[in-house]
Amino acid sequence: MKQIRTILFLIAMALLPLNICAADNGGEERLNIPEIVLEHLADSYEWHVASYEGRHFSIPLPIIVRSEETGEWSFCTAHTLPDKFFFDKAHHGKIYERLSDGTAVRPIDLSITKTVAQIWIVVIVLICVFLSCARWYKNRDEKSDAPKGFVGAVEMLVMTIYDDLIKPSVGDRHYRKFAPYLLTVFFFIFTTNIIGLIPVFPGGANVTGNINVTLFLAVCTMLAINVFGNKEYWKEIFWPDVPLFLKAYPAPVMPLIELFGVFTKPFALMIRLFANMMAGHAVILSFTCVIFLGWSMGVGYGIGLNVFSAVMLLFMNCLEVLVAFVQAYVFTMLSAVFIGLSHPEHHAHEENV
Amino acid sequence: MELNLPSILTPDLGLLFWMLLAFLVVFFVLAKFGFPAIIGMVENRKKYIDESLRKAHEASQRLENIQKEGETILQEARQKQMLLLKEAADTRDAIIAKAQDKAREEGIRMIAEAKAEIENEKKAAISDIRAQVAELSVRVAEKILRKELSSDYGQMDTINRLLDEVAGDDKKN
Repeated sequence: MKQIRTILFLIAMALLPLNICAADNGGEERLNIPEIVLEHLADSYEWHVASYEGRHFSIPLPIIVRSEETGEWSFCTAHTLPDKFFFDKAHHGKIYERLSDGTAVRPIDLSITKTVAQIWIVVIVLICVFLSCARWYKNRDEKSDAPKGFVGAVEMLVMTIYDDLIKPSVGDRHYRKFAPYLLTVFFFIFTTNIIGLIPVFPGGANVTGNINVTLFLAVCTMLAINVFGNKEYWKEIFWPDVPLFLKAYPAPVMPLIELFGVFTKPFALMIRLFANMMAGHAVILSFTCVIFLGWSMGVGYGIGLNVFSAVMLLFMNCLEVLVAFVQAYVFTMLSAVFIGLSHPEHHAHEENV
Repeated sequence: MELNLPSILTPDLGLLFWMLLAFLVVFFVLAKFGFPAIIGMVENRKKYIDESLRKAHEASQRLENIQKEGETILQEARQKQMLLLKEAADTRDAIIAKAQDKAREEGIRMIAEAKAEIENEKKAAISDIRAQVAELSVRVAEKILRKELSSDYGQMDTINRLLDEVAGDDKKN
């Protein structure tokens, strides 16, 4: 009985795009899959929810721009944009300002875009989750039972990251100082990734697949590594334990390489997270597009490709849940390892020699 | 003109600004109120569990000691009991031996007394017998003498013979 219902549901889902396709095909335009995918990955000034028969349902998001000419701040939505601003198609539809001499410049744009809204949703979710857990602990002491259910799951996850990742990676002496940052990074990335997999409104925005976000996180980690790095760490960069000709004369080869490494470490973090999450979103979007492509080629193709895509989408979404965790874990772990490496101890070094 | 990268690869000041703000907010809230509560509680619980385990271990150790002690006491009691029994047996044996000795001595003494008595009795009996024999012989002798001395002749004869005999006895002696 259950299986029959599942099969019926799958068939219904498979036939669903028929209507949409019939409605969409009025213009006879070819599907441009790369463009659709990139458009969905991109940031936007409104949160697109659905389209039906040419009408778009979107949640308007506040636009906050400062005019370059007058220095005035404008607070509006995409529909009530002042005349001098326009969405520049050549620059991904970003807001540009037309100056009086006819040139277009990018004004200071602090709009709550889709990505920003998604980030704030994640922030609210995180704060709610952790404050509710913290409240649970408030009127209990260590003699009461360990938490069950949701609080227990959160506690388990926090302690897994804390004990199995941060403690061994950073090292026993310094991990307490960095634990809040690393835990925040982990839960921020993890929650963002997971919410990003929800296809409709409160989720679905491509946040960690946006280079700005990963850049910010990588810079934070870089600061955490280099600001708190000890003397030994800097000595290993500028005066490493190598023969003199490698570090001073004729050229300071090793210090250059080491200095380069200071920047490549966070750069690798940035690119890894960005590429993984972007690719995941892109693959899922591509498989979704394959459904529409199939239906635009005919009913036979439609049904065949639809089934194929549905299976692949299911698989990809499961994979992405795993990737969401793994990428958050990897980012946190590498940050922790790099932070741990910036606190070398002299005697430990000598033992290795 | 400038390189037109996909929008997700284009740096965006607004997004970076909001990201910074959002991240700082979440960082400070979680680092102040979220994680310390959870981690602190878990560490306290861990300490408490360790402490409890240690206490339980100690208690079981103590119990074991008590058991051992109890066993020792039992063992001692058993030994004492055995000792007591042995002592009692010894005492009994000693008493019996003593009693036997005493009995033997008593027996010997009684036998000796009995012998002495018998001897006395014997002596008394012999002397008695002797007295009786003497009396009887005296009476017989009287009777004989009375018969023999009933005639004067006879009297003289008898006196003579007797004198002879006595004289003969004296000679023999």
